[in-house]
Amino acid sequence: MTLRYLTFRLVIFALIIWVAASLNFLLPRLVPGDPITAMLNRMEERGGTVNNQEELIAAYRERFGLNSSLGVQYGRYLTSVLRFDFGYSITSFPATVSSIIADSLPWTIGLLTVTTLLAFTIGIVLGALFMWRGTPVLLRLTTWFLIIIAPLPYYLIAILLLFLFGFTLRWFPPTSASLVNQITTFDWQTMLKIVEYSTLPALSILLAAVGSWALGMRAMMITVQGEDYITLARAKGLSERRIMLGYAMRNALLPQVTALGISLATVVSGATLVEVVFLYPGIGRALLTATNNLDYPLIQGITFILVMSVAVGVLLVDLLYPLLDPRITYERR
Amino acid sequence: MLRSWKLWLGVVLLVLLGVSAGIGPLLIDEAATQPLYAAFNKPPSAEFPLGTDDVGRDLLALLVYGLWPTLSIGIIAGTLGTGIGTVLGLISGYFRGPVDVVIRTLSDIVLTIPLLVVLILIASFTRTTTIEGTALIVGLLAWAGPTRTLRAQVLTLRERTFIQMAQLSRLNNFQIIFLELLPNLMPYILAGFIDAIAGGILASVGLQLLGIGPLLIPNMGMTLNSAFAGGAMIRGFWWWWAPPALVLTLLFLATFLITLALDEIANPRLQGTTQ
Repeated sequence: MTLRYLTFRLVIFALIIWVAASLNFLLPRLVPGDPITAMLNRMEERGGTVNNQEELIAAYRERFGLNSSLGVQYGRYLTSVLRFDFGYSITSFPATVSSIIADSLPWTIGLLTVTTLLAFTIGIVLGALFMWRGTPVLLRLTTWFLIIIAPLPYYLIAILLLFLFGFTLRWFPPTSASLVNQITTFDWQTMLKIVEYSTLPALSILLAAVGSWALGMRAMMITVQGEDYITLARAKGLSERRIMLGYAMRNALLPQVTALGISLATVVSGATLVEVVFLYPGIGRALLTATNNLDYPLIQGITFILVMSVAVGVLLVDLLYPLLDPRITYERR
Repeated sequence: MLRSWKLWLGVVLLVLLGVSAGIGPLLIDEAATQPLYAAFNKPPSAEFPLGTDDVGRDLLALLVYGLWPTLSIGIIAGTLGTGIGTVLGLISGYFRGPVDVVIRTLSDIVLTIPLLVVLILIASFTRTTTIEGTALIVGLLAWAGPTRTLRAQVLTLRERTFIQMAQLSRLNNFQIIFLELLPNLMPYILAGFIDAIAGGILASVGLQLLGIGPLLIPNMGMTLNSAFAGGAMIRGFWWWWAPPALVLTLLFLATFLITLALDEIANPRLQGTTQ
């Protein structure tokens, strides 16, 4: 990896953060009036009431220096955003936006990390088995079914599962809304509770994601089949199992691992709407509360965190990938 | 190419949806999409084949009148995104140099930022409630993918002999781009367009599940949103949420089948069966 590439990536990263923060700064100021009063007015238009309004406005003006010039405001805004200080939530004042985000983040990261890794593992195995002659027809059909539902958005599958298992068969609790309240200490029973309530959200993500992993793996397996080392392995008389596991799968796996990295990089923003459907207590539900109440500071804080988590994740993948596969260099020409 | 069943099935599905969007409104009175048209929360019956919602709108009418707005979000956003992407990709790949660096950096930035997140931010602040407004925002954010794909294609095409031939025959850059490069890029542009249609619809419905975006004009997302807000799930009113969910499913399947088929045309080895 060259220094030039490293600088380039870091500049891109900084630009992304800057664009996200500036968008957050500019959007509220495109409407007339100062941002905080405008936000409160709009909330009241919709029939919402705000408690401690004076106090909230004063706290805001103080924090973001709304009485000073636009340039100073911008500078202050950028520095406070870099400290993850997004001010107070309007609906749950005096709770700060960052504390709400900090409470919901572990839920999202937990759910998405587990489901992403599971979907990856199941997907590549199913995709590879496609090229294996001994694979039972039933398994092939299952894989095809999963591939066919892969283009559906997570939230559609979530809605379907909610109907089937949440309300019709009643196997699992239809909403995870009460999950947080039930957690007092961390012991086996709490863990089981979490698993029980997270099953449906997790299953939606799994069903939606496994197919595209399988499809990608199948395509790579087909590409690898044409390589000379496979022909050589056949000519040497190696067993099909050995060719499949040791030669074809191993080489087909590499591009999938990059994709896994990128997938893991987007864990925080990956399934916002699944959380909305099940009211799972993660960042998606916090966003739903924010948009329903037009809680603008909360919307800004959450969207900024979502953009940032992806930017950090992608940066890490880009920097780590050459270590994983020495064939990758970022030298140009 | 024309023997691909995936392509045909996808096209037929899309055409069917498009035709229903065109003919349906001629058969049903538009007044049925307004609140207080019928009794509230009625299950399917002979009079209202898909029942009514919690403010007395005929759900079949909402479905039929909502089809075109839903499709048009995708089409507007797709046209914009693919259009901008094609122009930028061609410029970036053909001229290279500093322009290329700027365009590549910009598209890298836009590709990294999750589309839905920015959409939520912009839509909630500008309070976009029209189909066109939402489509515009989605379209203006959707060019980065096509830009990158087309740039990569142009980079390989411009080294080929027919382009060198064109340059030697003193065609100007404009002519080379439009007469020589563009026709060769059509499959990629088409695939990008189909992808962008699905992306636009996916994003706008996602927005509406969060209660923002075009919630005043009948469309699939609006019905899903009102079904959730009205507790259709808990009350077992499947006729409320299932039809729009089914239409969206068919729509995403159709676009997926078409892009899958276009992929196989670009990379014929993928057609290979397992044996």
